[in-house]
Amino acid sequence: MRPLTEEETKIFFEKLSKYIGENIKLLLDRPDGTYCFRLHKDRVFYVREEIMKLAGNIARKNLISMGTCFGKFTGSQKFKLHITALDFIAPYAKYKVWVKPSAEQQFVYGHHVMKSGLGRITENTPQYQGVIVYSMNDLPLGFGVAAKTTQECRRADPMAIVSFHQSDIGEYIRSEEKLV
Amino acid sequence: MADLVEKVLREAAEKESKFKTIEVEKEIDVIIDEGNLLVCDTNPIDFKLQKKNREDYLKDLSRDNTQLLINRIWQLPTHREDEVVVAELPDVKTLIPREKPVPKKRKATKWEEYARMKGINKKKKGRMVFDEQSKEYKPRWGYKRANDDTKDWLIEVPQNAGKLKKKKAEIYPFEDQFEKRKKKKNERTSKNELQRLRNIARAQKTKVPGVGLTPTIAPSKDHLGKALAIAKKSTASIGKFTETLPKEKPSKFTGKKRKFEPNYGDVKKENTKQLDILNSVLNKTPILDVTQAVNAHVKDENRSSSKRQKTDKKGGKGGKGSKGSKNNSQPKKGKRNKR
Repeated sequence: MRPLTEEETKIFFEKLSKYIGENIKLLLDRPDGTYCFRLHKDRVFYVREEIMKLAGNIARKNLISMGTCFGKFTGSQKFKLHITALDFIAPYAKYKVWVKPSAEQQFVYGHHVMKSGLGRITENTPQYQGVIVYSMNDLPLGFGVAAKTTQECRRADPMAIVSFHQSDIGEYIRSEEKLV
Repeated sequence: MADLVEKVLREAAEKESKFKTIEVEKEIDVIIDEGNLLVCDTNPIDFKLQKKNREDYLKDLSRDNTQLLINRIWQLPTHREDEVVVAELPDVKTLIPREKPVPKKRKATKWEEYARMKGINKKKKGRMVFDEQSKEYKPRWGYKRANDDTKDWLIEVPQNAGKLKKKKAEIYPFEDQFEKRKKKKNERTSKNELQRLRNIARAQKTKVPGVGLTPTIAPSKDHLGKALAIAKKSTASIGKFTETLPKEKPSKFTGKKRKFEPNYGDVKKENTKQLDILNSVLNKTPILDVTQAVNAHVKDENRSSSKRQKTDKKGGKGGKGSKGSKNNSQPKKGKRNKR
């Protein structure tokens, strides 16, 4: 376990800011305690300081997880956001996509969001913007990348992809072993 | 008797009716390329039959064409080879493009470049050379070569042996000439190998791998520093116990050790540092979102043009005005569709 280096922080924030923009500040500056990001086995954890200090007593080999895992660095030093980060990202999301109940299952099984399954979308979403996918009754389902702008979505045909799948809550079951 | 003949004939006819004839007729002759065992059928497809039963139609078609190919093969000259009749295929008619791209030309080596610049042409040397000793022709190099200097049982000590270096005059004449020759040969081969590696590295635009410090005629200060750094590390304990000279500067050629921030340091400080990084990351993204701005602009235009059309329609006949507005609005629509 160690703090992120400058380079790593940059890569990590670049990815995170695609989804929540400047709201990352709210994650770093919290009134209810000091929180920090820690790297452990290529994974980035978001932990309260006290818990981090306690976790430091556990041998590196034995430490599986602490706080919330935000994602991991791949072999080529790119950052991959995990579904476990959803709880912290969803409240601060800038751009959202709502999925119709009929298309909910499709998304949770790891498919892209089609125009036919699109319920609502945030106004003025640019292309390739990170978006949070919600069900119609405002339950966050995962996150994706907008394949089209809101303007283009209006004219797209029903089978056109609106949002590329990145991660969904189905992964808790599908790739349980990869998450931690 | 007649009955028997009839029966045999009938059986033969029945048997034959099971098989299709080997004669196939086509409206347009098919193009056969025997060399590739390829048949090109240019006859139009019978769409009615094809729609009725596609699989059978295709099967029949391919059978017929295969039959034509086999008929043609039987007309080719044949011969026997190990009790098997073999047809001799003529040259191919259809040229098939190669699968892989043509390999790129190897980059010229340093010598090749130099030779081209100087206009030096490679001269072909004959493989066999006359050997003075045995009075016969022998290969230039390799096993049993002509004028083989490794087989010398005696080497004359050169006349100028002691004169070259006055200090070592006593040792020089007693130097092992065989050893000297061997060493020279080794040096030549290793130099050649190094140059070969250098050429490869140059072609791939990488560094020469694993040669360490290569000898140079005029070593620079940098080169000497590097040599010192390597020499210091070239001990059994990787330079752990090598003593440093007084006032010696730390070498800039030793690798840097990576260092991380302390885990239990000041978290508040760490957070402010991260906020700085965040600001620099966020500053990179332009304040003006181009797509958003264009979208807003297009929206505005649409609204204004539709308003204009509405007012034109209200105007009734309109005449020139309505025409003009239509002409204006059409190219804009086209633009929008493109995007």
